[in-house]
Amino acid sequence: MHSGHISIWFFIGVLLTIYGALITAYGLYELFTGTVANVVLANLHAPVWWGGLMFLLGLFYLVKFRPGRES
Amino acid sequence: MFGLLPDLPAAVSASVKGMAFALSAPSLAHLSGLDIAVIAIYFVMVIWIGFYLKGQANTSEEFFMAGREMTAWIAGLSFVSANLGSLELMGWAGSAYQYGILAAHWYWVGAIPAMLFLGIVMMPFYYVCKTHSVPGYLKLRYGQGASFVAAVSFAFMTVLMSGVNMFAMAVVMKVVLGWDLNFSIIVSSLAVAAYVALGGLRSAIFNEVLQFMLIWGGALLVPILGLIEAGGWSGFKAKLAANIAKGAIPSGDYTHMWRSMGHFTDNPMGIHWTGIVFGLGFAISFGYWTTDFLVVQRVLAANNLRSARMAPVIGSFFKMAVPFIVILPGLLGLVVLQNPDGSLMHLVPQNLVTPGSGLHSYNEVLPLMLVRYCSPGLLGLGITALIAGFMSGMAGNVSAFSAVWTYDIYQPLIVKNAKDEHYVAVGRWATILGVVVSIGTAYLVMSMAGIMDYVQALFSFFISPLLGVVLVGMFWKRATKEGGFWGLLLGTLTSIGLWAWVKVDPSALRYVAISPDAKDMAENMYRALWSVIVSMGVNVIVSLFTTPRPLAELSGVVYGATKIPEEEPVPFYKNEFFWLVIAIIVFVALNVYFW
Repeated sequence: MHSGHISIWFFIGVLLTIYGALITAYGLYELFTGTVANVVLANLHAPVWWGGLMFLLGLFYLVKFRPGRES
Repeated sequence: MFGLLPDLPAAVSASVKGMAFALSAPSLAHLSGLDIAVIAIYFVMVIWIGFYLKGQANTSEEFFMAGREMTAWIAGLSFVSANLGSLELMGWAGSAYQYGILAAHWYWVGAIPAMLFLGIVMMPFYYVCKTHSVPGYLKLRYGQGASFVAAVSFAFMTVLMSGVNMFAMAVVMKVVLGWDLNFSIIVSSLAVAAYVALGGLRSAIFNEVLQFMLIWGGALLVPILGLIEAGGWSGFKAKLAANIAKGAIPSGDYTHMWRSMGHFTDNPMGIHWTGIVFGLGFAISFGYWTTDFLVVQRVLAANNLRSARMAPVIGSFFKMAVPFIVILPGLLGLVVLQNPDGSLMHLVPQNLVTPGSGLHSYNEVLPLMLVRYCSPGLLGLGITALIAGFMSGMAGNVSAFSAVWTYDIYQPLIVKNAKDEHYVAVGRWATILGVVVSIGTAYLVMSMAGIMDYVQALFSFFISPLLGVVLVGMFWKRATKEGGFWGLLLGTLTSIGLWAWVKVDPSALRYVAISPDAKDMAENMYRALWSVIVSMGVNVIVSLFTTPRPLAELSGVVYGATKIPEEEPVPFYKNEFFWLVIAIIVFVALNVYFW
């Protein structure tokens, strides 16, 4: 999008960062308390790495497409 | 968008209707507080986007065409996302469980050639003539008659489809989560009405891109974990072969796409390769991807001709990847899904799922896989992706309806020379009206589930003949106004006639699909093919006997009479032809690998 307007990628960054943070936090809670959800392959702790990936991707979009920055 | 032919298996057309039988069964999943927070955050986000974009939807060009400011990436993702509805995802995953990898034909040969053709060959004409819609293109090429027929049928069908989508979402949310039908309909319609009426096409496009990211974020984990559990692709094939040997699942070739296409009886879909290539790959796929305004509108919003050409090429890569989050989970379900007692779970046709049976249908394979692997938060993300898919399906229909109603019906026929603000206001009200009619349709479908089959068929009547008329008009200078009108009309009547013939006398399928062994899906493909042939043939014959328009009047709309603007040179990696070649190579490689 053009400068002066918030890019769609920024909105995506906001959403991915929030989701990533929430899911990772839950995954870490599972990891450290040992209270895992009743799902298959829970031992792989998917919320930690999948949530972490989403968080990092979200942060990348947040920074790269933050309002006011020429993209 | 639910109901469009390239992504519509027979299984899907019956799915919602059939799922209604399961409404009294216990829900598949139970959401935690974290899941509900994930869903709520999505709704806050879409309303925020709608309010934010309101300030950028003040002129008609901004409201209906998103200001023609979309980059190739945004237009491309929106283009492919407009076709990535949740019911298609669930239906095709179910078809993959039932028929194997044959279902991927709808994503590869049934989409990629048409998308690339639109981008490279057709887009320059749509873009150079600055039309606001496909009916608008027909008006420039053939005059008001053909345009009016196309506009009215399209406007009518979009609001119907939006209502079907709304009802489908309500049923799926009821079956998967146990939510009340009315609650789902009201919440989804209010959210869609708010963000499309506020931000117009730009808002719809933003939400489609958002939905695209959510679908990948929410669904990609399922095949990854499924493959880990199955022991990789080779482990999956070994387990599949063992299950077939034990008689645990029906025998058949689940992992090859073309080997069983030699005869109608060699594959469970009852289709011959000619039907797949010419019916699906040409008549249906080209009709949908190149002339359905709902998807073409996204590309028309591109910021320049190169972006408009590039957008479908970019979209084609993601379309080729969709089977990995749709078809693969369906296939993996054949070997990993288990009953609570540890035995292999058998999914069944929808009509066998009755209250108390404890059975699940093919169409539930994707939610079942989500529930199998996704812990709190991730499950909410997967459910949010499904909700986003349904809502953007509705939004896509409503925004396209609003544009066609305002530009192709209201402006030329009702109020011709009003101020621009007037048409923006009409567009906003048309959006709200579209949502209200959609709600009515949703409740109509709820009371008469059988009506869905007719809605599906109705839509299919118009798409393929429109392709015939647009193609002849775009590439043959001699085509006339009368040829276009009669081609569209008789092509549509051919499609209706063949459908009615098979409906009244099912044995007529042997003539329509050229084989007594053909099944329902083959009928759709051959019916589409015949209607394109008739619409093109009639157009050509009538045009030869009527007076063509002077060449000067065809500039911008016909090949040979249009000067395509020269594009600035760019590095090879930004050139659409480079990516076209890569897309073709990947497309061929995928088909060869899964031959």
